[in-house]
Amino acid sequence: MFCCGKEAAKQQCFAASSKMAKNHTMQKITKKLVPFAYLSPTLLLLAVLSLIPIGMVFYYSLMDNVIMNKNPVFVGIANYVEIVRDDVFQQAISNTLFFTVVSVIFHLILGLSFALLLNTKLLGPLTKALFRVVYVLPWVFTATIIAVLWRLMLNPNGVINYILISAGLAAEQIEWLSSRQLALPTVTFINIWAGYPFYMVSLLAGLQGIAGELYEAGTIDGANERQLFRFITIPQLKPIIISLAMLDFIWTMHQFTLIWMTTGGGPIRTTEMLSTFTYKLAFSSYQFSMASTSAFVILILSMIVALFYVRNQKASDE
Amino acid sequence: MNRSISKPAATGVKKALLVVALLAGAFYAGFPVVWMVASSFKSNMEIFAYPPRLIGESFSPGAYAAVVTSPEKVRFFINSYLVSILVTLCTLVVGILAGYSFSRYQFRFKKPLNMLIISVQAVPPITLLIPYFGLIVTLQLFNTYAALVLTYMVFTLPYAILMMTGYFNTLPRELDEAVMIDGGSSLVALWRVLAPISLPGIVATGIYTFMQAWNEFLFALTLTKTMDMRTVPVGIQMLMGQHSYEWNEMMAMSVLGSLPVLILFLFFQRYFIAGMTAGSVKG
Repeated sequence: MFCCGKEAAKQQCFAASSKMAKNHTMQKITKKLVPFAYLSPTLLLLAVLSLIPIGMVFYYSLMDNVIMNKNPVFVGIANYVEIVRDDVFQQAISNTLFFTVVSVIFHLILGLSFALLLNTKLLGPLTKALFRVVYVLPWVFTATIIAVLWRLMLNPNGVINYILISAGLAAEQIEWLSSRQLALPTVTFINIWAGYPFYMVSLLAGLQGIAGELYEAGTIDGANERQLFRFITIPQLKPIIISLAMLDFIWTMHQFTLIWMTTGGGPIRTTEMLSTFTYKLAFSSYQFSMASTSAFVILILSMIVALFYVRNQKASDE
Repeated sequence: MNRSISKPAATGVKKALLVVALLAGAFYAGFPVVWMVASSFKSNMEIFAYPPRLIGESFSPGAYAAVVTSPEKVRFFINSYLVSILVTLCTLVVGILAGYSFSRYQFRFKKPLNMLIISVQAVPPITLLIPYFGLIVTLQLFNTYAALVLTYMVFTLPYAILMMTGYFNTLPRELDEAVMIDGGSSLVALWRVLAPISLPGIVATGIYTFMQAWNEFLFALTLTKTMDMRTVPVGIQMLMGQHSYEWNEMMAMSVLGSLPVLILFLFFQRYFIAGMTAGSVKG
């Protein structure tokens, strides 16, 4: 520092400079804390309402029966062994898998087809805007409303059966949601209707973001429309498609409302999903430990898919 | 020569095929919605009349009148609006602060924290529901708006943070540095400068958050108990559970319950689509 001379002054000076240094480190620390200050409400909320509950679910899953039993006993992985052997759980897994995979595939096919149709240059912007609004309609309805609406239309006396019978496509009234063979495909069909607009909207934005020069260059090189689609459109959309499919896979796997409101998992468990199975264990039969076990398994399955999603996001960031 | 004649003809055929395909798609997408609206104007007797007709003999807005004049059903709407608006406001404030932190600062644990927030989106609601039940009762929040607002935020916040971080990343750092050179704090830079220019991103995030909150069913079903705390989705389910199905009233309520989201979407679709593709699904 710039002070010198007498001993006393020197000492004073030393004290002052150390104080300044202290201030400086204090400032440094506060500066380091600033980003955490901004994050603090988020971190508090996520800790209390997401990390702690996940810890609780895991703890519950290791006990014999929590909440209902006042002195629950530690049972280790016994609940996991029991649930994996449970017929209904196995059926819920295979139903969820069917529901999710078929939904994701058809969401993608319909979403991409409609996006391509709406991306045409042959129609005016107003016509296209009108069609776009109609196509996006299923998206504005919440799952409860979608469930009630389709229950009305798929009622044996409802309009769908009337149309099919009038067109000669069905001989008699079909019990769409209460037939053991048809219930699962039917709820999947409803879910497809409800979910494709999310893909369509994102893919349409993606299509509009592809540089026109790419197609021009392709045309000059003599590519036909099919080749342009195969070698330009699809590769350009690929990152969006992968993101959409993974997000959709996770969300569809968690779908509860639509099933709960259409079939409730029936008839005779033919549409039982992991979500409805877990809900019933907890809130109808009060087996909270078994429900927690099932809930934790769903969490692990979701995290595996999420891991792929994060990897994919990282790859596209770099 | 030949080519110049056949080309417009070929485009004509193509255009016709395109219109047919578009109309078929529109029927698939739109017919259920048309049927919902049509049924809401029928009498309950005529809902399954044979042959079904789009506009029945009993055409009247009676079902709407019944919904609007029922205090119980109006309460569902008030609850849904209140909860959704509160969730949207809280999510935006907390999300903007967190997004600012991620966009403008380098700090320890930044990557793992970011990863944590992304992965919260993948946590199944049913997994959290079981401990929530006990937790919310312990916090004495059972059957309150606060229970719904806080639990919904776990699912709305991660998306809002990712969107806002992405949006702030597109804005030059010189903007906030200019404020700080003039002696303003980072908070001033955020609220006076960054937030106003980010309005499109904030609007898009807000609409998406509102939609998520408006549609939520599972937590609303489990964390509330009395009829006066029920939201629209749960209210509709309650109507279905009653002994006789008032289909026309349920359809009227569905139409009314879908209008807020439809109107938001129609007015803000440009912001919304742009924001969605920029924030969540990166190309």
